[in-house]
Amino acid sequence: MQLILEMLSYPFLVRAAIVGLLVSLCAALLGVSLVLKRYAMIGDGLSHVGFGALAIAMALNAAPLAVAIPIVVLAAFFLLRISENSKIKGDAAIALISTSALAIGVIVISYTTGMNTDVYNYMFGSILAMSNGDVALSVVLSVIVLLLFFLFYHKIFALTFDETFAQATGAKTGLYKILIAFLTAITIVLGMRMIGTLLITSLIIFPTLTSMRVCKRFRSVVLCSSLLSVVCFLSGLIFSYLYATPTGASIVVANLLAFLLFSALGVLLGRRKT
Amino acid sequence: MALISCEDTAFAYDRGVVCQHLNFSVSEGDCLCILGENGAGKSTLVKGLLGLKAPCSGKITLGDGLRQNEIGYLPQQTAAQRDFPASVFEVALSGRLSQRGLRPFYSKEDKQITLRHLGQLGILPLKERCYRELSGGQQQRVLLARALCAAQKLLLLDEPASGLDPVAVRELYQLIASVHQEQGMGIIMVSHDVKSAVGLASHILHLGGQQLFFGPVEEYSNTPLGQRFLQ
Repeated sequence: MQLILEMLSYPFLVRAAIVGLLVSLCAALLGVSLVLKRYAMIGDGLSHVGFGALAIAMALNAAPLAVAIPIVVLAAFFLLRISENSKIKGDAAIALISTSALAIGVIVISYTTGMNTDVYNYMFGSILAMSNGDVALSVVLSVIVLLLFFLFYHKIFALTFDETFAQATGAKTGLYKILIAFLTAITIVLGMRMIGTLLITSLIIFPTLTSMRVCKRFRSVVLCSSLLSVVCFLSGLIFSYLYATPTGASIVVANLLAFLLFSALGVLLGRRKT
Repeated sequence: MALISCEDTAFAYDRGVVCQHLNFSVSEGDCLCILGENGAGKSTLVKGLLGLKAPCSGKITLGDGLRQNEIGYLPQQTAAQRDFPASVFEVALSGRLSQRGLRPFYSKEDKQITLRHLGQLGILPLKERCYRELSGGQQQRVLLARALCAAQKLLLLDEPASGLDPVAVRELYQLIASVHQEQGMGIIMVSHDVKSAVGLASHILHLGGQQLFFGPVEEYSNTPLGQRFLQ
């Protein structure tokens, strides 16, 4: 308890905690749909595009989020499109785009600032990166994500489970897919400065995969992933405060531990039943 | 007035026309079985009937007050669905989505209708079970229940028996027959399993790049084409 009060006395930690909690929650919710629809690597592709965008923003001396959000949103639409109908198949297309974006980012950086701490922070995340403006933006966007997810929950389920059926019964699946891509892009940009571009995908995939070890219903997977993402974020944050480890990496490791724990639990439960 | 009818309809992809000169109709209480070899245009026609693919010429007309989103569809299963964490009830309930419009949540009535269809297909006791843990035959029944939840007058079944063992196939066809006879539901069925399908059907549509035969089952079994296919 004293530890938490002590942590709350640092304004930068409070900011990080607010943004981190909201971003983890959004990432976990969107992740359920992305993982089940086999789109998980889109998150990875987008974070690399985000890195390229941040590098360009630094070179231009522009506000990082103002440059990164539109670029990543565009990339998200593009990735979704080509993973559907194109001569280059989905996973290869994502690798193509993400490595290209990374390469462009690295070249831009080497011409301007060189590999300094800022760049390092973008790759692996920095707890100090959050300004008050970022917090406000994160809160607004996260509320939008949560609200839309709540309102469209049943449609998202139908779309995730069986796109053709949903389409056949008149759901505007194209629209919802764009919505999910849009929300994912925003969540990734918000999260990647804290967790790091190389690590942000874990926030999307881990909670869903972990809860799928144990949960058998869509609703329980959704609830369990949201809870897990929040718990793992907080334990990662506290651990990194206590032992001075990098925050992003600590959160990912917390997620990994939860995954292993749930896997073991899943095996145990499965064995009892048979 | 027919529920759905095609007038000189044709479908094409980039590589060319796959299926043309389609002239047939399905009325209330009919059971149409679509036969044909692989690549004959069966799946394309299914997409066309569902309104997911526009015909490149001719037209498809819906009649008798049937709306596009009231066709109950039983698709072929995809690989992603086999390990999907969802309960039987959640899956079946999603068939009611087309009736929801913009309202975000299901009503009590939606849930009751879903329960009734689950009962009708004998899977009410499985309601809380996880979809991925069911047998192939049970999964197919869940998807049929979902199709019934969406359907008012017409069911469209895309190879309902593929991948099932013979017992499950027989049970599934019995269920489809009972839905057809008891509710007078119109049925369009694509099938490889010619014998069981023909036992159920009132009409046959045989495709092979174009319409090779359309008419009542009795007529079909007298044509050379039918005799060759039914053997």
